[in-house]
Amino acid sequence: MSQTDTTVGGVEAPPTRDRSRPYWTSRRRDQLTGYLFIAPQLLGSLVFVILPLILVVWYSLHEWNVLAGTFEFVGTENYANLADDTNLGSVLRATGLFSVGLVVFNLGLALLLAVLLNQKLRGTIVFRTLFFSPVVVSLVAWTIVWGFLLQDNGGVNGLLDTVGVDGPNWLRGEGTAMFSVVVVQVFKNVGLNMVLFLAALQGVPAELYEAAEVDGASRLRQFWRITVPMISPTILLTSIITVVGSLQVFAQIAVLTQGGPGTSTTVLVYYLYQQAFQFHHFGYGATLSIVLFVIVLALTVLQWQMRKRWVHHES
Amino acid sequence: MNRDLSPRTKLVLYGVLLVLAIPFVFPTWWMVTSSLKPIADIFSFPPQLLPTSPKLDAYQRVFELQPFGQQYLNSLYIALVVTVGTLAVAALSGYAFARIRFRGQNVLFLVILAGLLIPSEVTIVPLFQMFFKLGLVDTHWPLILVPILGAPSVLATFIMRQFFISLPGELEEAARVDGLGRFATFSKIALPLSRPALGAVAIFTFLHSWNLYLEPIVFLSSPEKFTLPQALTQFVDAYGGPMWNVQLAAASMTALPVLVVFVIAQKQFVEGLAHTGLKG
Repeated sequence: MSQTDTTVGGVEAPPTRDRSRPYWTSRRRDQLTGYLFIAPQLLGSLVFVILPLILVVWYSLHEWNVLAGTFEFVGTENYANLADDTNLGSVLRATGLFSVGLVVFNLGLALLLAVLLNQKLRGTIVFRTLFFSPVVVSLVAWTIVWGFLLQDNGGVNGLLDTVGVDGPNWLRGEGTAMFSVVVVQVFKNVGLNMVLFLAALQGVPAELYEAAEVDGASRLRQFWRITVPMISPTILLTSIITVVGSLQVFAQIAVLTQGGPGTSTTVLVYYLYQQAFQFHHFGYGATLSIVLFVIVLALTVLQWQMRKRWVHHES
Repeated sequence: MNRDLSPRTKLVLYGVLLVLAIPFVFPTWWMVTSSLKPIADIFSFPPQLLPTSPKLDAYQRVFELQPFGQQYLNSLYIALVVTVGTLAVAALSGYAFARIRFRGQNVLFLVILAGLLIPSEVTIVPLFQMFFKLGLVDTHWPLILVPILGAPSVLATFIMRQFFISLPGELEEAARVDGLGRFATFSKIALPLSRPALGAVAIFTFLHSWNLYLEPIVFLSSPEKFTLPQALTQFVDAYGGPMWNVQLAAASMTALPVLVVFVIAQKQFVEGLAHTGLKG
């Protein structure tokens, strides 16, 4: 870039700087402005993202007991402990179950709602508002209400009773606790994905459907052959957002189940929190942070790779 | 999919939509109505959809049991400061990456983008240690500084950059030719044009801060410094069981302001976020 500084009208400028020209040319001033503009974000990223990421690797090689005030280098011991940790298997399983459940239910319901609201129907804006409204309700407030509703004698079972069904104790059952947490989270945030899908659906040209109609293709066939390929970039985007978001779930677990019953809903972030901030095993907590980071990284890379296969057109 | 429907199909669709709406609307309804019921009526059978004799006792208890007013103010001012700060930081850096050419631009952009790949949960242990060493644990600084400057604002920077790239450059060039400096061009021309993007970023930043839970419970220990999500879970009786009507009253007070703003401005809300998501 500096090359253009010394070239005026295609003629090479003399190697020594022309003293009659001011040092602060508009190009130089512009460069400095650029650096000043990005400075807060760049410094913030270095101090609050990159540095902690390096530190978390460093801490994972140490045994750190805050209560005892000890901090000693233990090499890969924490990583060896991962293999011996009898909880880790069920933690990873719970994390995987939550992610898969969330992605399937969330994307499925979001797409269903978006397709329904994309019909020529009066009052769709009212329904869109209703489906979206939990997004703006405070997360913990929403979770508390569901905790209240899902109790053994709570509102959900009360409603089930009126139709003669004896509901289980949702949050205390090994089989139903994870399902309940997923469902609570889906209703909270499905509106976001629904809105993204709606925007994508409205971008599909109507002529495509008209042509398919002429060819006699059924509605279902049109959905799979036209709609899904045309909105596949949005499906990719929402699935990345949803998967990464699902790995970060914490408040819902802390409020609804505290990881129980047993460890059936102890997801990775909740386990990390327990180890580091409840049991004060900061070194092991740092090691679990790295496990989380590796999973997030691997899934994001994987999804980008898959993009080539199933994203039909890139906008 | 936008074809005219027969009246029968329409009726079926309305039925399906109404049934689907129940789990989205019922919890908020149940939260507000139950908070007005005496504790004995909360679990009555069959469930009462409306309180028989609404009482505000639970709302009064909320303020007696905790410094709830203070906690409300904490959440409010933290979310506002974080929103304004994020807008400033993200607009400046987003503009620079979109519109100004400087050396090392691409590398620096990648350094910042790394924040998108690193969830804040991954760095919570070192961040706690850093703030502990600085003596800033049990203050609001970590809840303000990290969101404004750290990973959460990276998405905002990315969205602002995408928006500034999509703006036509002629206006700015004209302003530059007329002798306007970079900052003046940015603040007088580009920034006013970017109101839709700023609005969307403001909405999701505010919601993110308002909902934060892990960070407050890690960093804060004094009840008068708590934020709302953290405070909500503290209404328990002597045996550690939740005091439901009090919790639900507090939850209602937390949920309602944002919900009311949303109902008034829902078009901007939804479209802003849809816009953001597509750009991101």
